[in-house]
Amino acid sequence: MARAAVLGRLSWRVADVVDIVEETSTARSLILDVPDWPGHRPGQHVDLRLTAEDGYTAQRSYSISSAPDGGRVELTVQRVEDGEVSPYLVDVVEPGDRFEVRGPVGGYFVWDPDDPAPVLLVAGGSGVVPLMAMIRTRAARGSPAPFRLIYSSRTPGTGVYRQELRVRAESNPGLEVAFAFTRVPSTATDAGRRRVGTDRLRESGWPPDLGPTCFVCGPTGFVESISRLLVDAGHDPARVLTERFGPTGG
Amino acid sequence: MSDTWVDGNGLAGALRELFAVDITTARGTCVGCGTVGPVAGARVYTRAPGVVARCPGCGGVLFRLVRGPDRAWLDLRGVTCLEIQVPDSG
Amino acid sequence: MGIVSRGFGGRRSSRAVNLPPGQYLVEDFPVLSAGPTPLVNLGSWTFTVRSETGEAQEWNWAQFLALPHESITVDLHCVTKWSKLGTAWEGVSLDTLLSDVASSAEFVLVSAYGGYTTNLPLEDLLDGKAWVADRYDGEALSPEHGGPARLLVPHLYLWKSAKWVRDIQLLNNDEPGFWESVGYHNYGDPWREQRYWGD
Ligand SMILES: Cc1cc2nc3c(=O)[nH]c(=O)nc-3n(C[C@H](O)[C@H](O)[C@H](O)COP(=O)(O)OP(=O)(O)OC[C@H]3O[C@@H](n4cnc5c(N)ncnc54)[C@H](O)[C@@H]3O)c2cc1C
Ligand SMILES: [Zn+2]
Repeated sequence: MARAAVLGRLSWRVADVVDIVEETSTARSLILDVPDWPGHRPGQHVDLRLTAEDGYTAQRSYSISSAPDGGRVELTVQRVEDGEVSPYLVDVVEPGDRFEVRGPVGGYFVWDPDDPAPVLLVAGGSGVVPLMAMIRTRAARGSPAPFRLIYSSRTPGTGVYRQELRVRAESNPGLEVAFAFTRVPSTATDAGRRRVGTDRLRESGWPPDLGPTCFVCGPTGFVESISRLLVDAGHDPARVLTERFGPTGG
Repeated sequence: MSDTWVDGNGLAGALRELFAVDITTARGTCVGCGTVGPVAGARVYTRAPGVVARCPGCGGVLFRLVRGPDRAWLDLRGVTCLEIQVPDSG
Repeated sequence: MGIVSRGFGGRRSSRAVNLPPGQYLVEDFPVLSAGPTPLVNLGSWTFTVRSETGEAQEWNWAQFLALPHESITVDLHCVTKWSKLGTAWEGVSLDTLLSDVASSAEFVLVSAYGGYTTNLPLEDLLDGKAWVADRYDGEALSPEHGGPARLLVPHLYLWKSAKWVRDIQLLNNDEPGFWESVGYHNYGDPWREQRYWGD
């Protein structure tokens, strides 16, 4: 699965913000131009470093949401209240600004486009970001691997990429997308649109005997519960890959 | 708060700074309980003076990484053996 | 230094005060943790002082509460570069806790619930320089800040002030603790910026 590659020394590179896409009122995508970008695999992330005028620095990890595309790298950041870095990236950064990134890094939480096995993607909040890179790479590479995404967000309005996911679900053969909301108004009658649990994973996921690869990403608590449910349902623990964003990661 | 940790996967950058290959896909054995798994699957606490990676099986410390301005320290005493993928030298 | 990110300030206060070198002022109280927060039951909580010969003195929670407590207001300096000024604690002085121990040891190794350890020279715990604190800001110390009780040694970097303190072992020979064995300075004086080995 994980092909070992000879890697160069990992160093910080200056990334130029060339474009910004407002995804929701609390999330935006930053399109970066990174000189000498070596390319990446879907699921990988970068470390991002901000430096204040007096030399103070703060460093965080952000997943790459774009399919490999030359020196273009897209990150999608969800604002965490009281956070140190994400409010800066969501509220302050403008095209033309620069900061440092190093990467791509991470060889574990990656999807191999040559693997035809079915894939289940389960995202909580901003955990959809690396999974979006997989969906976009699948389309760009014309992979026939059947994909199912279950995407949980608080409300319909807080989900990112909703429009693109809708369009892709119509136009990318073999891609199915299911949304779930954790805070829907009490008037909602559609039982399928509730918090993701065992039933939802069975209805919108794959049966374990098909041997799917499962990628689960989001806040630590969300990933904890989903990965446990998948293993309890009979999925091979070695094929349930997780990426926890921390207590508030979305 | 019990969910203040991330996956070992999140350490990919900090470790790639020190090693020529990706160590997060390497498989290690826990000294405490014998659990075998990828470094990416460790429970990692980063809000600390250094990084502490704990075994998902028993909670014991697998390794600790401290980064100073011009040095890093890596204490691996909680891991008996690391199986690391290396490219075919061909 | 890396390139400056326009308009980035970080989570810091701009109040001008005299801080140890390299420190930044914060107004909140950051929580650092090297593992899950241990939830210690007061019914089974004990605090032990053990001499180098193995002689032990132990307090349970009720006995600890009955010891004379002091109110202290001190500045905290964390090696991760934040400082917090004027924090108010209540606790038992180590002078009280160590007064009945017969010892010629020069070092201590402090252990905590959850497995954390840190080492100090014994003299840094004496003469009104250190406490086992069980109240912060007028309230019982919360688990995330080290409750039921934590060590408080404010003249050294905060990693020496072990949260969830459980026992103090007196030693003839110094033994590095959890962070001291992996790069952090053995003594950790913030005013001399003793962060790492060799500083
Ligand atoms: C591998 C990986 C990939 C990730 N990918 C993404 C991504 O694609 N998109 C995305 O949006 N996020 C992603 N994250 C999460 C991201 O790295 C940050 O954690 C997130 O943006 C919050 O950072 P922040 O600086 O804004 O918040 P922080 O300053 O880290 O604070 C977060 C919260 O914790 C509180 N807090 C902070 N410090 C303390 C403290 N010491 N004690 C108590 N409370 C505290 C704050 O008040 C705030 O509520 C990823 C994380 C990992 C590990
Ligand atoms: Zn173990």
